[in-house]
Amino acid sequence: MTEHAIIMRAVNKFYGDFHALVDIDLTVERGERIVICGPSGSGKSTLIRTINQLEPIQSGTITVDGVELTAGGDNVAKVRQDVGMVFQSFNLFPHMTVLENCMLAPMKTRKTPRAEAEETARRYLERVKIPEQAGKYPAQLSGGQQQRVAIARALCMKPRIMLFDEPTSALDPEMVKEVLDTMIDLAREGMTMLCVTHEMEFARAVADRVIFMDKGLIVEENAPEAFFGSPKNERLQNFLGQIA
Amino acid sequence: MIREFSSADILFIVSAVRWTLILSAIAFLGGAMGGLLIALSRTSHSKALRRMAAGFIQIFQGTPLLMQLFLVYFGLAVVGLPINPLLAAAVALTLHASAYLGEIWRGAIEAVPSGQTEAATALSLSYPDRMRHVILPQAMRVATAPTVGFLVQLIKGTSLASIIGFTELTRAGQIINNATFKPFLVFGTVAILYFILCWPLSLLARHMEARMRRAITR
Repeated sequence: MTEHAIIMRAVNKFYGDFHALVDIDLTVERGERIVICGPSGSGKSTLIRTINQLEPIQSGTITVDGVELTAGGDNVAKVRQDVGMVFQSFNLFPHMTVLENCMLAPMKTRKTPRAEAEETARRYLERVKIPEQAGKYPAQLSGGQQQRVAIARALCMKPRIMLFDEPTSALDPEMVKEVLDTMIDLAREGMTMLCVTHEMEFARAVADRVIFMDKGLIVEENAPEAFFGSPKNERLQNFLGQIA
Repeated sequence: MIREFSSADILFIVSAVRWTLILSAIAFLGGAMGGLLIALSRTSHSKALRRMAAGFIQIFQGTPLLMQLFLVYFGLAVVGLPINPLLAAAVALTLHASAYLGEIWRGAIEAVPSGQTEAATALSLSYPDRMRHVILPQAMRVATAPTVGFLVQLIKGTSLASIIGFTELTRAGQIINNATFKPFLVFGTVAILYFILCWPLSLLARHMEARMRRAITR
């Protein structure tokens, strides 16, 4: 068991000529909760998407739970089993019920028996407070409920790290809270979390560290009080002024 | 020598419908398998596979079905196989259907939002599991109506097999016409039989398309 959950070293990512991530160095401790913010196009989503290699990188190394992603073999598959992800647009499978959404990956990739997968799924649906929706299809649920299903679906793989890519940006305002509450519960239970979000209340409540990105660089990182109380970088000051 | 168009002739023509159906079924099933391979190749990460599949589609969409039938029919002899109209027609129509279904299904696969692939990938589902459980079931909904539409084209396309001497519906009509010389009556009968086969399928395709449109706008 290594101490660090995630180690990124000199990570560079290009889209054609566009330099999306510039020499990113980031170490995440076990159980640490990190919030990443920044203007659109700053590379914050790209950053967390490189951790489960939804986005391949061009140089540098990423090590997740002691497994080096870039080393090849079935390392990527191994890392993806341990890293859950929640998307802005939920991305539930529309042709499956809520329960089936939660059971598919454990049964296929972890080879969990059906009965056990169903039990686990029902337990996590209970935890995100929608056990009664298990038999419904995603289209029958509200946005907030869909996102909580997406969180339960990721948790059913029993991940050690959870990535959140703007999980509340596509939600109507009245549904943001129910999703944030679910995330706060998860944070309190000690899950290692990286969240791309503009919900600064959430950052203040649970983050151990807040990271500000701009133009593919990590510009500033600090504990929430210092981050919001005394931002040093001018771009961060402007950014905080805009979203406050 | 010219005899009357009798009920026995009608029976002969009607019984040839089964060969049209058999040929259509072989071509459709073969084309479904080939088309799936083509569609998966066209949407794969491998550039070589994508190019090969694209080339295959261009060749078979860019040449007349009749030429494909001729080339396969005479090609069998060139490679030393016995000349067999059913085999030649089945092979040519299968290749033809593979190209068209492959292109229809590629479009359907690409119509599934990329977020679905991302979510499945993030859950560590393997490529076969992703396709089988997540992408293809959703693509199938989009593809059903145009697939049935293509089946109608395919059934009508089997009539070209008459030219290489395979006795399906059209060829049966030609044989009877040569004996009775009642072309309008004979080919009218043949056309009605094609219509009876194809019309319900066309209706079904239109019905499914309308249902799809309602599902999307909902």
